Amino acid sequence: MLRYALMRLVGAIPTLFLVVLVAFLMVRAAPGGPFDTERVLPPEVAANIERAYHLDESLPQQFQRYLFGVMRGDFGPSFRYSDYTVAELVRGAMPVSVRLGILAMILALIVGVAAGLLAALRRNTVTDRIVSAIAMTGVSIPVIVIGPLLVLFFAVQLGWLPAGWSGGRGASRWVMPVIALALPQIAFIARITRSSMIEVLESEFIRTARAQGLATASIIRYHAMKPAMLPLLSYLGPAIVGIVTGAIVVEQIFGIPGLGRLFVQGAQNRDFTLVLGLVILYATLIIVLNLIVDLLYGVIDPRVRRT
Amino acid sequence: MTSATIIALIAVISIVGPLLSPHSHTMTNLDARLLAPSLSSWQLFGTDDLGRDVFVRTLAGTQVTLLVAFVASAVSLIIGVSYGAIAGYFGGAVDAVMMRIVDVLYALPYIFFVILLMVVFERSLLLVFVAIGAVNWLDMARIVRGQTLSLKEREFVQAARLIGVSRRSIVLRHITPNLLGTVIVYLTLTIPHAILMESFLSFLGLGVQEPDASLGTLVNAGANYLEQAPWMLLAPAILLAIMLFCFNFLGDGLRDLADPRKHK
Repeated sequence: MLRYALMRLVGAIPTLFLVVLVAFLMVRAAPGGPFDTERVLPPEVAANIERAYHLDESLPQQFQRYLFGVMRGDFGPSFRYSDYTVAELVRGAMPVSVRLGILAMILALIVGVAAGLLAALRRNTVTDRIVSAIAMTGVSIPVIVIGPLLVLFFAVQLGWLPAGWSGGRGASRWVMPVIALALPQIAFIARITRSSMIEVLESEFIRTARAQGLATASIIRYHAMKPAMLPLLSYLGPAIVGIVTGAIVVEQIFGIPGLGRLFVQGAQNRDFTLVLGLVILYATLIIVLNLIVDLLYGVIDPRVRRT
Repeated sequence: MTSATIIALIAVISIVGPLLSPHSHTMTNLDARLLAPSLSSWQLFGTDDLGRDVFVRTLAGTQVTLLVAFVASAVSLIIGVSYGAIAGYFGGAVDAVMMRIVDVLYALPYIFFVILLMVVFERSLLLVFVAIGAVNWLDMARIVRGQTLSLKEREFVQAARLIGVSRRSIVLRHITPNLLGTVIVYLTLTIPHAILMESFLSFLGLGVQEPDASLGTLVNAGANYLEQAPWMLLAPAILLAIMLFCFNFLGDGLRDLADPRKHK
């Protein structure tokens, strides 16, 4: 197990390095420098600015400086919010986003697994059809549609919940963002749970357990549950990506001051250092979370470790 | 089948509809802002914040969305099929290195790189095509490689090799045409992916730019006028959802049809 964990860990390092390299080069490939203005600067001033931001060094030197900075958590100054460093902006926005993401993930797992199990255990009944139809629709409706529709019905028409972040207090302002973010994942998770549970229930060892006279409840609990959850575990990676990218949209719709909004604002203002830093941060987050999922997979399914 | 018909219908209406309506999708009319839908003035879905006809704008947006989806999928198709076919046919070290690269790219959250591309370069429709196409080919490459691996052991490929056909034309003339079925199935699953990505980018203001519209930009515009003009949101949002649903349904159906394990 330790060997497996170490190998996965070492395998993630080149990917992380590649992320930083590609993102860095893409930003450097941008036409025009960050300090190009309409006004022509005196050459001395231009040279001073370039020296202050280390733009006079060669590209490999600049990359090395940036890479070591990133490893210490220093992403340099923001180009647009001149009094802030990227790290400060990120630190301010991170807690809200993390909380939003975790809440949505928990909701998606609970509701999705429950709905999927219900459909699988009542296969080909009305319940199953309804769950499957809702899941199929849910998979197809993107967050950018669900978010505004929720606001339209629950805030504008019914007036039950605040439409935006600043308009609400306490728990009420979390309700719609979390639901909007979780809904597509609920649909995916329900579909995966249903089909894998059905597959497991049809397999030989379940038939044996049944032939031995075990009660259905304990067959499901002690025999079917674990193998049926494996496909769900491998979907956790894509689910994390879905929630992280979905959060960008949700934060935009509800005006939540999190990382996603910071990212979109940075992108619209062409704040290169901020966007570069956030891309690296997001990529690292996703790679690390995927790594954890992989390791979990190794813990639960011993067959994986041997390959 | 119904899905395919609905998609075709939407595509035809999106092209013909704007020609029939007396309004244009870019013409603003500040005296007619945020009007509710009405039959008498032929503004079936009302008007937006600049007095433009929402019906025509939604259809024009659908055109752009479909265009992006098809071109981006074509880009990913070309990259994915050639990459997968080469890796599969040559096998050995070439295959190992090429697929290892795919694995590494797979782990990257590419949507962020697409956004980065949109930030760094001048935003244009062409860039949207290329950016979405360039990140969507990984699945296609994997599937094509797997198919190629099994195809190249088949008799007709052996026969072609025996009579001295060059490797290049074996891959191009004998293997690729036999991949067609699988590729079409996965293409119908790539298209909704591309639609999703495009609407995501456009929604955030990083894709298609004004005065052009795609369904993503229209949904975003609608979200800003929920109280005054809910039709601005509903028209493009519902159309987008229907299109995605149909493509997903079609793709799933075709995949099940092509999967021999499901024929029990």
